[in-house]
Amino acid sequence: MSEPTFPIELTVNGVLREARAPARRLLSDFLRHDLGLTGTHVGCEHGVCGCCTVLLDGDPVRSCLTFAVTVAGHEITTVEGLAGPGGEPSTVQRAFHEEHALQCGFCTPGFLCTVTALLRDTPHPTDAEILEGISGNLCRCTGYQNIVRAVRRAAGEA
Amino acid sequence: MFGDPVVRREDPRLLAGQGRFLDDLGRNALAAAFVRSPHAHARILDIDVADALDVDGLVAVYTWEDLPGRVGEPLPLLIPHPALTHGRTAYPLARDVVRHVGEPVAMVVARDRYLAEDAAERVRVEYGTLPAVVGLENAAAAEHLVHDDVPGNVGAVLRQETGDVDAAIAAAPHVLEFRLDIERSASTPLEGRGVYARWDADDGSLRVYSSTQTSTSVRAAVATKLELPPGKVEVIAPDVGGGFGVKIVHPWPEEILVPWAARLLDREIKWTEDRREHFVASAHERAQIQYVRVGFDDAGRVLGLDVRILHDHGAYTPYGIIIPIVTSTQLLGPYKIGAYRAEVTSLYTNTLIVTPYRGAGRPQGVFCMERTMDRIARHLGRDRTEVRAVNFIRPDEFPYDQGLTFQDGRPLIYDSGDYPGLLAKIKELIGWDGFAAARAADPSRRLGIGLACYVEGTGVGPYEGGHVEIDPTGRVHVSTGLTSQGQGHQTAFAQIAAAELGVPLQDVHVVTGDTRRFGYAVGTFASRAAVMSGNAIALACRRVRAKALRVAGEALEADPADLEITDGVVHVRGDRSARLPLRTVAVLSNPLRYSFDAESAVATQFAVGGSPDEPPVPPGEEPGLEGRDYYSPVRSTFAAGMHAAIVETDPDTAEVRVLRYAVVHDCGRLINPRIVEGQIHGGVAQGIAGALYERMAYDASGQLVNASFMDFLMPYATEIPHIETDHQETPSPLNPLGVKGAGEAGVIPVSAVIAAAVEDAEGIEVNAMPLSPDDLFHLRRRAAGRCHPEPPG
Amino acid sequence: MKPPPFGYHAPRTVGEALDALARGADGPDGGGTKVLAGGQSLIPLLNMRLAAPAALVDINGVTELDGLEATAEGVRVGALARHSRVERSAAAARVQPLLRRALRHVAHPVIRNRGTVVGSLVHADPAAELPAVLALLGGAVELASARGRRTVRARDFFRGPLEPALEPGELAVAAFFPARPPGTGVAFAEFARRHGDYALAGVAALAAVDGRGEVTAARAAFLGVAGVPVVLDLTGPATTGRVAAAVRDRLDPEADLHASADYRRHLAGVLAERAVTEATTEAREDR
Repeated sequence: MSEPTFPIELTVNGVLREARAPARRLLSDFLRHDLGLTGTHVGCEHGVCGCCTVLLDGDPVRSCLTFAVTVAGHEITTVEGLAGPGGEPSTVQRAFHEEHALQCGFCTPGFLCTVTALLRDTPHPTDAEILEGISGNLCRCTGYQNIVRAVRRAAGEA
Repeated sequence: MFGDPVVRREDPRLLAGQGRFLDDLGRNALAAAFVRSPHAHARILDIDVADALDVDGLVAVYTWEDLPGRVGEPLPLLIPHPALTHGRTAYPLARDVVRHVGEPVAMVVARDRYLAEDAAERVRVEYGTLPAVVGLENAAAAEHLVHDDVPGNVGAVLRQETGDVDAAIAAAPHVLEFRLDIERSASTPLEGRGVYARWDADDGSLRVYSSTQTSTSVRAAVATKLELPPGKVEVIAPDVGGGFGVKIVHPWPEEILVPWAARLLDREIKWTEDRREHFVASAHERAQIQYVRVGFDDAGRVLGLDVRILHDHGAYTPYGIIIPIVTSTQLLGPYKIGAYRAEVTSLYTNTLIVTPYRGAGRPQGVFCMERTMDRIARHLGRDRTEVRAVNFIRPDEFPYDQGLTFQDGRPLIYDSGDYPGLLAKIKELIGWDGFAAARAADPSRRLGIGLACYVEGTGVGPYEGGHVEIDPTGRVHVSTGLTSQGQGHQTAFAQIAAAELGVPLQDVHVVTGDTRRFGYAVGTFASRAAVMSGNAIALACRRVRAKALRVAGEALEADPADLEITDGVVHVRGDRSARLPLRTVAVLSNPLRYSFDAESAVATQFAVGGSPDEPPVPPGEEPGLEGRDYYSPVRSTFAAGMHAAIVETDPDTAEVRVLRYAVVHDCGRLINPRIVEGQIHGGVAQGIAGALYERMAYDASGQLVNASFMDFLMPYATEIPHIETDHQETPSPLNPLGVKGAGEAGVIPVSAVIAAAVEDAEGIEVNAMPLSPDDLFHLRRRAAGRCHPEPPG
Repeated sequence: MKPPPFGYHAPRTVGEALDALARGADGPDGGGTKVLAGGQSLIPLLNMRLAAPAALVDINGVTELDGLEATAEGVRVGALARHSRVERSAAAARVQPLLRRALRHVAHPVIRNRGTVVGSLVHADPAAELPAVLALLGGAVELASARGRRTVRARDFFRGPLEPALEPGELAVAAFFPARPPGTGVAFAEFARRHGDYALAGVAALAAVDGRGEVTAARAAFLGVAGVPVVLDLTGPATTGRVAAAVRDRLDPEADLHASADYRRHLAGVLAERAVTEATTEAREDR
């Protein structure tokens, strides 16, 4: 027996997108496989690693702990949508580049989304606020030191 | 350029979400999922797939019985060794018996991964459970066997020996004996493994993408197993989301089964490992028990060191006994040990296989040696750095032969180093000499300091190669066969090529891990990429440079010896008026019959001059401005470093906080200090993880009870201290660039450092890692019990 | 790690939600219908296939459940109010500061953007922060079903680990956290292996003092030490400075992967001491 599907319409990075998917389709898979936006990565599928973090109506959430059907009609921003209109990197993306805040790059999209929202809400964070802000994102490569520096730099330049 | 902290070339793509990791490929591929054993040790009595067949979207279900010929044979034993007398490997899908939780039993192929998991859940496997062997002491007791035909569960006994240890210890003024324990951890890259295969039926060829640390060897393995000519198999490592060792193992069962099924079904198939699978079906490392006996003199000089090690290699030994070899050799560190004997007994258990994880046996060896040094110092009442210093190999003693055989089968001869220099730097950086006074001034806090030293054999052979081509637009294409997992090879290798060729960095484009571009390679492991491929690329560049100067010399009517290349332009040294851009040299190097643009017109047969009596391509030359070369070292090069930390322990909660962490590191000449520093940060973070947070918790029945990121405590930013670094550059005399490896260094001494610092803070012996607050709480209780017979209030 | 298939209902009103739940409750497998709010506890279980409900009733579109009211009596949190919203609410923090203090320990900020306060209570994880807060303050959960509405007090709501006092067909629509009365102080302390993890042990504490600053009442609710939040009256020990010892005498935690029973008991004492002291200080400042 075939599983019922639902029409799911989302605004992703400012563009209205639609696809049909079963209710159980995770937002992470919907973005990656139904819409072809593979910048959002999947690292644990139980909400701990933060690789799949996207912005839902501006706030960072785990796309692996969200069903696509639940957020139909809402606005999603993924890593592909962080750059400026001409494709120039955002302040946060530039700071990550300049501070060597990524190595393999797998966790990076989640960090970028998280930090983008963090600096919007707290433009001049203390170090403690930076650590708290990125504390839900795992990185296995960098030891975090350069990520913290990148957040500081982005805050200084914003 | 070479030596500059340039920002990475690979970043813009990755930052824009334009990386291409394994699961980003093959949008229309079918998905594979695996039925895996829920038991640590069981006989398979029956497999019933009938229920799975009802799942809409199911394409195929396979069990061992479906696997033909070589596909169904046991996986290869990759690195045979005479001491590995009882090597055993698994079948790609279990045949008759499963020996660890997570062992694949059946493969399901379906329209998408959701449906594949639905079907996998419906495959009914009937097991007859067998007693599980879990833990080194149980394995050694051998009350039950993991493999019926491996007596005592002993896979290998490896002995490394120099001098007469028993006599040396018997004659020593002081002797200490103790036991050390290290638990399991794992590489745990944030991207798991994954394989995506496409069969081209028209061409009879296979393209395989794998999240691997070795694409050339995966190609060889797949070609062998699928009985295809190697030329009909291409393997590409796309962007790889971290490796740290686990992805050097190959072929994984999935790397054989997915391509096999893709060919059989003539459909694209992809398998993306999920996190739970990664915990139970990839590989772990570290677990050892070490029994140490050491004899030393009044100055703390080690006269004899006898180490018996029990090593847990899990259920199978596909990667041989590399870890025991590395532990038993690298244990010696920067020291001259009078007489030495290490005997490693490598044991089977009903747990996941054990293969290299960053450090690959070195963290255990360093833990052993550095804990030993600390004990000697305490026994003698000497400063811990003094005891180390009296044992150091002196800078004038290189090359220094330790008298053992290293993991490349070559003698363990250190090429260069300056250990007293490193010690002076680390003491300065952490403030070793001032610490005691600072602590005395603040008696309300429990502070401790510790340090540890290591030597790391890096850049092991047999070889790597590089290919360099300058095209008629002036772009420089560099390729090498080994793979990248975040080390910044596209940047570091470009720096090498740009420096060697005299071209702008932005003109250089580097490809790694793609057999279509470079077919001969070994892989990325053992901190070898910079040494091996870095030097191979430098050598290939030198060939191309020489050729460019020959071709340009002819065109400019100058002696090539008088020419040099600056910013991509060949010119006479000291005279920039006679000049030829490399893009034109590239055109001239390839005599043409046909022209298709103004650039190429100058190379056509009626345009070029030259002698009418000589062929357009001179003897010994080839068309094109390209070159290929290989670097194959006689033996490894030896990097070194020292770490120190200041910790504070909470008297109430028993929490350990790392207040300062300092690293001094010597990997020879630095290609890119920014990248090296990043490698150190990441390594130290994994070291802190292994010292304070991570362990693989198996219960007595062989279930991994913390197989999730909820319970396997990989640290967040909030758990990792700030790391202070300093470098020393002692070039390696063994290779043209004078470089040594840096990839693994950060992780190696961390457990030893933290143990030493906690011991210093608490005055309690620390003999096991990792150390949780619960562990420290109980260590305190036991220590209190020894001092105060009455129970604590 | 993909969820199994399930039926899906997306009601727009509480009435529709209750209808869907009632249909599920009457269906062949009774409790096989689950409510999806923030999903931060439920979806991991689904992804690991440790739960396989026949159907989900997704209440994210039921806007009438989105309430957050802070009055002199206390804070009433609707079933759709996310942790982060409650955490940021200045009004809620004024009325009952313990809420914000505890919420800062709930997982990570990104999880708090999606997870709901009521969902956390209904999940009834013995290591979670909010059940202990509700228990300490003597709050309550409001339940609705096709049969009507009822309010269940905290001490009756947590029946066991992951076992809330919810009958089939019932929906938790709100939770009520009583206000902090004048002259009292509250504090929250916990110890987790990693920042944001479920705590090995944790304490929510409340203290009241008289005009001279003497402790007249001290109470603590513990998480992570039993199957349900444990509330202890520590008034006596607080006045004699023996909080830690009293707590260790009265708690009997179990061991798990991350902590032995002994260590957990010890830790509960340490944390209780710290929290009661902090609450007492606040109470004195509030005189």
